Amino acid sequence: MDSIQGIIDYVPANAALLRELVGNHLVQSILPIVFGVLIAVPLAQVARLNRSAGAVLLTVSSLLYTIPSLAMFVFLPLVLGTSILSMVNVVVALTIYAVALLMRSTVDALNSIDDGVRQAAVAMGYTPLRRFLTVDLPLSIPVLIAGIRVISVTNISMVSVGALIGVPSLGRLFTDGLTRNYPEQIAVGILATLLLALLLDLVLVVLERLLTPWTRATPVRTARAAAPDVRTVAA
Amino acid sequence: MTSLQQSPSGLPMIQFRRVTKTYDGGRPAVDELTMDIDRGKITVLVGPSGCGKTTSLRMINRMVEPTSGTILLDGQDVSRQKAADLRRSMGYVMQSSGLMPHRSVIDNIATVPRLNGVKKDEARRRAQELLDVVGLAPDLGRRYPGQLSGGQQQRVGVARALAADPPVLLMDEPFSAVDPVVRAELQEELLRLQRDLAKTIVFVTHDIDEATILGDKVAVFAVGGRLAQFAAPEEILRAPVDDFVAGFVGRDRGFRHLSFQEGNHITIHPVETIEEDRLADPTVSVRSPWTLLVDADGRPHGWVPQATRGSITKQAEAVPGGSLYTRGDTLRRALDAALSSPSGLGVTVDDEGRALGVVRAAEVFDLIESARLDRGRADHNTAV
Repeated sequence: MDSIQGIIDYVPANAALLRELVGNHLVQSILPIVFGVLIAVPLAQVARLNRSAGAVLLTVSSLLYTIPSLAMFVFLPLVLGTSILSMVNVVVALTIYAVALLMRSTVDALNSIDDGVRQAAVAMGYTPLRRFLTVDLPLSIPVLIAGIRVISVTNISMVSVGALIGVPSLGRLFTDGLTRNYPEQIAVGILATLLLALLLDLVLVVLERLLTPWTRATPVRTARAAAPDVRTVAA
Repeated sequence: MTSLQQSPSGLPMIQFRRVTKTYDGGRPAVDELTMDIDRGKITVLVGPSGCGKTTSLRMINRMVEPTSGTILLDGQDVSRQKAADLRRSMGYVMQSSGLMPHRSVIDNIATVPRLNGVKKDEARRRAQELLDVVGLAPDLGRRYPGQLSGGQQQRVGVARALAADPPVLLMDEPFSAVDPVVRAELQEELLRLQRDLAKTIVFVTHDIDEATILGDKVAVFAVGGRLAQFAAPEEILRAPVDDFVAGFVGRDRGFRHLSFQEGNHITIHPVETIEEDRLADPTVSVRSPWTLLVDADGRPHGWVPQATRGSITKQAEAVPGGSLYTRGDTLRRALDAALSSPSGLGVTVDDEGRALGVVRAAEVFDLIESARLDRGRADHNTAV
């Protein structure tokens, strides 16, 4: 009971710190999702259009994901010339992971579109770019967002690792709590991380609903076509 | 007919000039195709699967590029035009309507005008009008395609193809995925639309019946992309050029051919009629073996055989009649009316459905025979 009270007491007592850490944590998990989508979608389209390029891209992206995150956080400042404490390192590292994870699922998302629809778009006279942006992409949203939801959960948990090298995030509650032997702080960190993951997932679910109204339109059988004997005047 | 086919410029709308398409060095899908497609007419490409009919269609709007040969649209080589612009200048209807599932019906119809830069409101207003043209209720416009029946989706597909008012419509098996009743309805609608619009329509089907119903001209393709015969449907049925066409056209072609022979000269014989309320009246004398039962408006409701006279007192007890022949309709309908009637007499009605008399099968055959002889003479004369 003491420890639960301790957790409850911890929050108001450290409100300012928590706000800052949550803010940092969100920035470091959301930005990589945004960048990841912006990079993975065009790459996935390239992979679909060119089979050999696709094989290379998919293999490389799988390999990238095997690099341990801590190694990446330590190594990136050397490549980017950033300070080791910079959030940029975490954002770049997680963007790389996001691209690696999203490549495959985005290819699947784009492949999920009915070929008849794609053919029809070509036959209507869409230019390839316009077709990609206004037909392929909107139709792939359901599968695409399923992939993004995985990334969002992964990112929320991975951002904490940055705290090991001193980048501020909710992970600091773990490192701090460990060194100070303060389990309530660790517990608050876990709860806050969980909450953020749930919240971000909810945002994505709502986003999908807003972006894909057609998937929930139920079939209605009313007014069959006007009787065949109806004569209409064509313009 | 020749004068109608010619445009003011005198050119066929679409010309194939020795067009060949070979995929990856295999056997040609389309082999040296040379064919003129008439302006303002329906040309049907028909054949078994793998005969190159869809490939030929798709070469017109460059969804498939020919390996060799030239296709001219209104005299212009299509390969010199920008593919997207070329496609927007032709309506395209496909089998599974290919509608955009994420756009409302109205926005689907407005697709090509929007691609052409027409303002959204203007494009939607025109799309709303087109719903009516293809026989759909106005409130369907707000729906998504997934909410419509197959037949309704095909109508939307046709409306979409018409939206930019293109002179050419390409239709790739547009009606083959709907049930036969809806298909017949859609075919009739297409013919009705075509009477008003006079588009140049290229229509692909594997169904020879559909081809002969819709086509002003029918191109029969054989496997290997060879154009086996290109002629009016009446001629394809009457005089297939080779065994392949004869086989493809099928067993009933002689009977189907009757669909192209008008029955204007057929003799309509008077028939004895009786109304329901007089069936039980013994004072009404009947001389014929079969008496036609009619209602107060003169519409036929079955037959009363002489032998059962007196025992049949209600309309429901009469012998059900066969199919009805509307005066002036084709010989096929006349023959069917006679053959399907229990009395052997084909009941002939006027446009309001009132009985006019009867036609006899033997006389239909005489007409068929004399038409054949006339044609034989005409063919002989032209041959000389």
